[in-house]
Amino acid sequence: MRRLRIGEPSELDLLAMACLAPSLLYVLVLFVYPFLYGIYLSVRPMKVPGFSLANYIAFFTDQYQYKTVGITFRLAVPNTIVVVAASLLFAYNMRRGIWLERTVTTILVLPISLGVILLSQGILGFYGGKGWFNQMLLGLGLLEDPLVLTHNFTGVMLSLFMQQFPFCFLMLLGYISGIDPSIENSARTLGANPWTVFRRVMLPLIAPGLAIAFALVFVMSFATFPSAILLGQPTGATRTIAIAAYAQAFEQFDMSYASAIAVIMGLFQLAGLLIILLLRKRMVMAATMGVGKR
Amino acid sequence: MRGRLWGLALYMFVLVFILNLLGIVTHVTVSAFAYRWFGTPLPRGFTVQWFTYAWKEFGLAQVLGITIFVALAVVFLSLLLGFPAAYILARRNFRAKPALMLLYFLPLLIPQMTYGIPLATTMFRHGIGGSVAGVILAVMVPMVPLAIFILMPFFEQISLNLEWGAAMMGANRLQIFRRILLPLTLPGLLTAGILILVNTVSNFELTFLVSGAGSQTLVVALFYNVFAGGVRPVYSVDAMALMYMTMVMLLLIVALRFVRPTQMVFRLDQPKG
Repeated sequence: MRRLRIGEPSELDLLAMACLAPSLLYVLVLFVYPFLYGIYLSVRPMKVPGFSLANYIAFFTDQYQYKTVGITFRLAVPNTIVVVAASLLFAYNMRRGIWLERTVTTILVLPISLGVILLSQGILGFYGGKGWFNQMLLGLGLLEDPLVLTHNFTGVMLSLFMQQFPFCFLMLLGYISGIDPSIENSARTLGANPWTVFRRVMLPLIAPGLAIAFALVFVMSFATFPSAILLGQPTGATRTIAIAAYAQAFEQFDMSYASAIAVIMGLFQLAGLLIILLLRKRMVMAATMGVGKR
Repeated sequence: MRGRLWGLALYMFVLVFILNLLGIVTHVTVSAFAYRWFGTPLPRGFTVQWFTYAWKEFGLAQVLGITIFVALAVVFLSLLLGFPAAYILARRNFRAKPALMLLYFLPLLIPQMTYGIPLATTMFRHGIGGSVAGVILAVMVPMVPLAIFILMPFFEQISLNLEWGAAMMGANRLQIFRRILLPLTLPGLLTAGILILVNTVSNFELTFLVSGAGSQTLVVALFYNVFAGGVRPVYSVDAMALMYMTMVMLLLIVALRFVRPTQMVFRLDQPKG
């Protein structure tokens, strides 16, 4: 066999395999194997011998359990839309730099350092029934009774927004600022107004990034766990599917049922991902068709 | 004119965001120093007793020790595993590459709660669940791919000519690695290391699912103390949360000196395949 030059694009040789092996082995043993094992476990229920779909049937026939899917969707979908819309608005307008850009970016990114616990403690205190926010509104005479903003959907949404906005914003900022400004400039030179530039030129270019941002935020929101416990009603209105899975695993100690719920959660996330990517395909096609007609 | 209004609206939103952030952080800070606080705009008296209380009652010395140990171990091991893989993925083209990239991408894409439950189940079945080693191994699952994806562009920037030149002058692979690749990817290693450090210290889901009584990191210990609501005075939890925030904020400030903010998230323009 011919000796390969260093760095030459090639098929895999011994060195390449030796370099890839450790991380590949790691991912296979600690990610793929547990995943497959979880699927296997989910069809081996504790109460029924042998292979059976009893866990899945149990989940979808028990109202307390299948309700969690609806609850999770009701949290994840509005949250995804709000987070991505706000991120797009900011990232788009900051694409060519703004006044105090570094400061603004730092402030918008700061919530990453707060951590979910401090965030929930702060939201509970600040937006709580006797918190500063309500005290202020009551003091100004804008309200008769304090607003109930915590231990319900609103509380969880607030916390999710603060956690996910920085990430989504940074992703889109990186993506949008990477688009060649001369494209936009030519559109402006040809007489397009800013709105037309956004809709006809920039949006089709941003669409792939936007779709991935949508998908990532949706998938993350669909697995909401600590926020739903700390700021919601973990046994009632905000009992998300992740809480249901956790409760089966570490409170009922039924790992088989818990794995089944985790699989169901994964399938719904996958479905959401596919829908978003399909929508994106149609959106891009519609955009290019629209441009093509003129 | 419309552009002006638009800009004004944006800065208004930033203002609301700041006020909201300030309200949340200040509330926790004031509460951590409060003697008693209920329903008044400000507490009646201030004290630092909750910090000493939290330090002693929550065994924070041990928790902090574990957090730092886990974080450093995860950084070291993830870079060790990720570095060679990133080199090959950046330099070579082979048939299985898109599939391999997708495989490495999955632990970052799939929420930790989804694969954390089967992972924890597997670990507890094999007797490593609940130990510090178990926590390190679990947190590394998304961190090894993170290291790979951060390091790859740094390798791509190094010209192949350097490697060829070194080889021509008689350097062997080890020398090329030590004299060429390592020094030139040092900024990448630093970037990846800091980001992995921040992510590990603030990792909740995987650590929570896999840790046991003796292997809780700061975030998880915090969560349990909030969850045990009523047993712990809220002021002491706030004091602990404040310590956590200070720690991560310091890390973040250090990180932002070396890392562009948009590097904190994985790149969207990097196709999966």
